[in-house]
Amino acid sequence: MSIETKKYPVGMHPALPPPSGSVGPLRWMRDNLFSSVSNTVLTLLGLYLVYIIVPPFIQWAFIDSVVYGAESRKECLAIMGEDRGACWSFVYRRWGQFVYGFYPIEERWRVNVAFILTFITIAVVLVEKLRANKPVLIVGILLPVVSFFLITGNSLFGLVDVPTNKMGGVLLTLIVGLSGIFVSLPISIMLALSRISKLPIFSIIATIFIEFIRGVPLITLLFIASTLLSYFLPAGSNFDLLLRVLIMVTIFSAAYIAEVIRGGLAAIPTGQYEAADALGLSYWQSMRLIILPQALKISIPGIVGSFIGLFKDTTLVVIIGLLDPLGIGMAAISTTAWAGLSTELYVFIGLFFFIFCFSMSRYSLYLEKKLQTGHNN
Amino acid sequence: MKKLLPIAVSLAALTAMNVSASTLEDVQARGVLKCGVSTGLAGFAAPNDSGQWEGLDVDLCRAVAAAVLGDSEKVEYVPLTSKVRFEVLKSGEIDVLSRVTTWTFTRDASLGLNFAGVNYYDGQGFMVPKALGVTSAKDLDGASICIQTGTTTELNAAEYFKLNGMTYEPVPVETSAEGRSNYIAGRCDVYTTDASALAAQRSVFEDPTAHVVLPEIISKEPLGPVVRHGDDQWLDIVKWSHNVMLNAEELNITSKNLDERGANDKDPAAQGLLGTNEAKLGAMLGLDKKWAYNIIKQVGNYSESFERNVGKETALKLDRGLNALWTNGGIQYAPPLK
Amino acid sequence: MSGTQVQEKKTVTLGSLWRDKKSRGVILQIFAVIVILLFIGNIVSNTVENLDRLGVKVGFDFLTEPANYDINQTLIEYDSSDTHFRAGLVGLLNTLLVAVCGIVVATFLGFTAGVLRLSNNFVLSRLMQVYVEITRNVPVLLQILLWHGILIHSLPVPKKAEAMFEGFVLTNRGAYMPQPIPQEGFGWVWIALIIAIVGAVLFKKYANKVQIETGRLIPAIWIGAAFIIGLPLITFLLMGSPIEISYPELKGFNYKGGFVIKPEFMALWFALSIYTGAFIAEIVRAGIQSVSHGQTEAAHALGIRPDFTMRLVVIPQALRVIIPPLISQYLNLTKNSSLAIAIGYMDLVATIGGISLNQTGRALESMAIVLGVYLFISLFISGLMNIYNKRVALVGR
Repeated sequence: MSIETKKYPVGMHPALPPPSGSVGPLRWMRDNLFSSVSNTVLTLLGLYLVYIIVPPFIQWAFIDSVVYGAESRKECLAIMGEDRGACWSFVYRRWGQFVYGFYPIEERWRVNVAFILTFITIAVVLVEKLRANKPVLIVGILLPVVSFFLITGNSLFGLVDVPTNKMGGVLLTLIVGLSGIFVSLPISIMLALSRISKLPIFSIIATIFIEFIRGVPLITLLFIASTLLSYFLPAGSNFDLLLRVLIMVTIFSAAYIAEVIRGGLAAIPTGQYEAADALGLSYWQSMRLIILPQALKISIPGIVGSFIGLFKDTTLVVIIGLLDPLGIGMAAISTTAWAGLSTELYVFIGLFFFIFCFSMSRYSLYLEKKLQTGHNN
Repeated sequence: MKKLLPIAVSLAALTAMNVSASTLEDVQARGVLKCGVSTGLAGFAAPNDSGQWEGLDVDLCRAVAAAVLGDSEKVEYVPLTSKVRFEVLKSGEIDVLSRVTTWTFTRDASLGLNFAGVNYYDGQGFMVPKALGVTSAKDLDGASICIQTGTTTELNAAEYFKLNGMTYEPVPVETSAEGRSNYIAGRCDVYTTDASALAAQRSVFEDPTAHVVLPEIISKEPLGPVVRHGDDQWLDIVKWSHNVMLNAEELNITSKNLDERGANDKDPAAQGLLGTNEAKLGAMLGLDKKWAYNIIKQVGNYSESFERNVGKETALKLDRGLNALWTNGGIQYAPPLK
Repeated sequence: MSGTQVQEKKTVTLGSLWRDKKSRGVILQIFAVIVILLFIGNIVSNTVENLDRLGVKVGFDFLTEPANYDINQTLIEYDSSDTHFRAGLVGLLNTLLVAVCGIVVATFLGFTAGVLRLSNNFVLSRLMQVYVEITRNVPVLLQILLWHGILIHSLPVPKKAEAMFEGFVLTNRGAYMPQPIPQEGFGWVWIALIIAIVGAVLFKKYANKVQIETGRLIPAIWIGAAFIIGLPLITFLLMGSPIEISYPELKGFNYKGGFVIKPEFMALWFALSIYTGAFIAEIVRAGIQSVSHGQTEAAHALGIRPDFTMRLVVIPQALRVIIPPLISQYLNLTKNSSLAIAIGYMDLVATIGGISLNQTGRALESMAIVLGVYLFISLFISGLMNIYNKRVALVGR
């Protein structure tokens, strides 16, 4: 090594490579996996756990499984022979139901278009560059209205009406989840502002409302929506079950999001409020221009968290008889042909929700990181 | 709550159009009958392969639709669990509940409901796997029993076991499908519900012969259609839609021989049924002259409906038994159509 | 939304009053009160009218009538001739039972997973991450159903089950185990236990005092533990072992005797604990990370062992951050236990809000009771929470 022979002034010697044995995979393993006896035991235990869970699961779910070519569980078993793998055939056979519910087959294109429009809206809302462009933003926000007419049907555009009890599967989950999310946001902002308002009546009303909704399980609220709500309405009036469920889901998530936003509002320094007052802004102006933009920005990760919760909670509608993917699947496995495939069903639906919720939570992490750097600047 | 108001107001406005005095006018204005049925019980109410609802309870819905709207196909079926059925009926979401519902005093007197007759006389039974070797319900001491919640079944089972000094473990289930799944998995030894429903459940098992229904019938279960309190005209319509089917069987009028019996029948009762004489029976109910004709033409008489859905030729293979006409040793007895 | 509408309407008529901030506030509030009262009045009058039309009476008298149905898991004496009120009480106790058991396991799982996620051990931290991400992102209802399905379908029926070891049998009707049944004279053992616990606590206090005054360490925990176990044990032996053990035995259809945990309870318990555990793990992780790294380094510099650093330095400081969200997870778990209805576990919603509601037709009253109980539990715990928060805030910096 020629470096060693050269003379350097004091403090100017270039960094030498670390001594051998303190780097490399072996060293890393010694440091991280086998640093002590207990650590070694835990590592081995963990590896053993992976060994007994993962390979059998892969074997069951992929290698030994049957997707095509079976009309019933019996045929599945016949195809599999000795190896007992998963029988995914019912998912394959009823794929249309899982996605659209009982939406008329010849009208399903409308749902597909609505899915695409919704996707565009989400892209507009999430991607900053698109959001910055005003016309694009307006189109993005108006698209859900178009989707609404597409899905429910409207004689003006020559679309056949489709009753809501035909909607099911992923379509239903998205309807409940997304409309709950979009409608609850403005309501929750109003609730949060009311709750921290200096006017006692507003604050009391909002507090009672929020604490009530947060204090009871969603399923009881859904029961009320499905059975008791009609007692509270004028005699003879009744409206769609899906609409009632949507209302309940919306106020439920509004109460939770309101608390997140309240947290965001509390984090705004008083100086901001005072500065807004000093500028002579009215209450609504200061809220709209100064306070809310900052508070919402802080609250975004929390709001996304609530949305994930809401999305998962949409499965509860199955208990009051709406056919979300879980309900469709339960109907499928209650037929003679597919009876006894509950594990497959739950794993499949679980995977569906996992993909949605996991990507949302990753997005929220990304936002959190981005917002943090924003503060450091 | 403040935020709810605009929503509530606009919704109330939206739905105000639906408000009207009588169920009959509602149904006629809507052009479709909303009928509550079970979520899937073979022989009584279940969608077939092409998605059409079929069954004894479904036929009652179709009869009412034929009488009121002149078309037995104009029915929207609302599948309901036993738990929510009464609340849904009371809320006005459905016009009639035809869902193997037992007529009991409490339900009639305190729920704000009226029973409009009995379209199937049933009793509660027990089904066990043959392999258990049980031959009598008296041998069931200590068994685990799958029971559908929110039904009279639950009360009967509690009473029966108490009276006989036996114990059991109730396993509550919400739907027939859930009950079947628990029973097949062996979570419970015994499945108890109405004997007819047991036959229905057994008919969809992989091997129906591996299960037996025990001889004991532990309760009276008169099953019939239900309507809301306070609309007597509607109660009469539902009641007589059923009675027309019974009377037609008694007079031996079927959907096939209806037209040839037609004008030349001398029997005033038959004439009333066919709407050929001057008696304005339909008008008394607020219906047109052909109401009974439509029921028999489109749905058939009680015997036709029974044999088509639950009779000997079907998977359920049920006897007429108690449900034979009073003239044939049963107790189905309709008041005269006069 | 409605606030802006109000603004526009009122400016025209009440100009000067409106421009004054104070009187505007009063006007707005009066308006809000009127709207709310109208709204509530409307609901009440509709309800009264609807009930009247249907001829339905309202009242809680049905609670004193016999329930006439059986419940398969009862913590207190209950049979079908007891009242609806008692049936509801059985349901409430079942709710509380699964909530408490769930909270204990979820806390244990959560703290373990949260701490391990931050450990240097790559395999463990990754495993914990996978656990947290998978369970957190799958609906809890699905997990309950999955556990129930697994227990029901893969465990053997009682006739085919074999004891794992003496007295322990796992079947799809439940896990059976021997149950000790106290006989006469066992009361003394309880009394001995209480005395031992009180003694141990006093001893620990004394030991603390000695440590503060003289710096001498007394292993009070070990001595106390020995005391708590030893004293009742001696009493027990002195009384001539007043206990009988009931072993589960296959009699007829089912195992009789012994202690049994039903599969419905197990499914709910496992699913809720594992689900909530994942959330708690995240809370614990965030809490530990919130403790400044300097604290750990300072502890290391003082030569405190890593496990002691965690237990004595990091966790106590992290708890302040951990506890509020932790309590709200406990509340979530309690509320999620209402999903019991999907698998037939007889909790509050399934008894009063389910069967009683259905058998009596008292929908309004029954739901009001269910809502009221949940609300009470939530507010009660929130109240305790607030007290705790205030205390921590006072003690803190």
